[in-house]
Amino acid sequence: MSIDKKIVADFVKNKIELVTTVPCKQLAGVIEEIDACDDIYHIPSNKEDEGMGICAGSFMGGKRSAIIMQNTAIGVTINTLATLTQYYRMPLPMLISYRGELGEPVACQVEMAVHTKALLKQMNIPTYHFHRERDVEELDKILKYTFMSNKPVAILTDASFWGGY
Amino acid sequence: MIRSEILKNLIPVISDHFVICNIGLPSQEMHMMDDQATNFYMLGTMGLSSSIGLGVALAQKQTVISIDGDGSVLTNLGTLPTIANNVADNFILLIIDNGSYGSTGDQPTYAGQKTSLAAVAEACGCENVVECQAEEAVDVVQGAIDSKQMTVIVCKCESGNIPVPVITMDPVVIKHRFMTELEKRNA
Repeated sequence: MSIDKKIVADFVKNKIELVTTVPCKQLAGVIEEIDACDDIYHIPSNKEDEGMGICAGSFMGGKRSAIIMQNTAIGVTINTLATLTQYYRMPLPMLISYRGELGEPVACQVEMAVHTKALLKQMNIPTYHFHRERDVEELDKILKYTFMSNKPVAILTDASFWGGY
Repeated sequence: MIRSEILKNLIPVISDHFVICNIGLPSQEMHMMDDQATNFYMLGTMGLSSSIGLGVALAQKQTVISIDGDGSVLTNLGTLPTIANNVADNFILLIIDNGSYGSTGDQPTYAGQKTSLAAVAEACGCENVVECQAEEAVDVVQGAIDSKQMTVIVCKCESGNIPVPVITMDPVVIKHRFMTELEKRNA
């Protein structure tokens, strides 16, 4: 099974029924799989904080949700994570492309990469870093942990994990 | 007529439905005038009332009304294309447009100047957009509920506020009672 299919299969297995996405080159394949999946309502967002609002609503409406976005979005969503997702205690799996890591051709991406883990740590957000393809095996457990703990949880996926991009 | 008067008039119409109340004074006014489990009060996160409401509406069957403001919609203008392209016929976005950032001291917004949020919503692809005056709000909102079609309402009114206490209820309690009531109604 491809990484993309495995990720979407784990989402479905964990009863995630709504996924919002803001695209990244590295995430193109998984977004395509989300869009093709009959068990998941795919709702593209124009900005990641908007997407987190939709996810919060979906969760309160009884459907588990998740967001797929780039790590630059951490800079956009700090306030929403603190005052909505964390303050109201809502679960939110965040599948994040970790741009600006080894193999990155675009220098500017490094500028947010160097802040990404520090910001997540400052926010007390449980953070997992997928670097090798086999790391995806932990996703199912991470999703269960997210819904058990009612917290936003970050899954950083770098270029090595995706096999370059 | 100012926002608090519109909300007071709307209570008989919206009280039985699930309402996402925008950050600041709209939440505080609804909390003071008609506190109940079907109200979700935003204690922070400016701009996301419409996004939260859309999410709730897409996830279940009950009618959901997001009470938003012109300033908040301008903060999250990307919400209108998302709403237009993800039709939930149990969703009503009620933008109380007083042309100002009411909760922060009535600084003017662009919606009170050259920008028409109704025209923006239509340009974004929203199919049922109604602009009305404060005095028409009750009939327009009732009509939107009865139509069972996703509707964006831009209700023009005067700028101004009444004194209201802040909400001291715990956010987890607000969430929990809202979810519990929603689950009960959908059962």
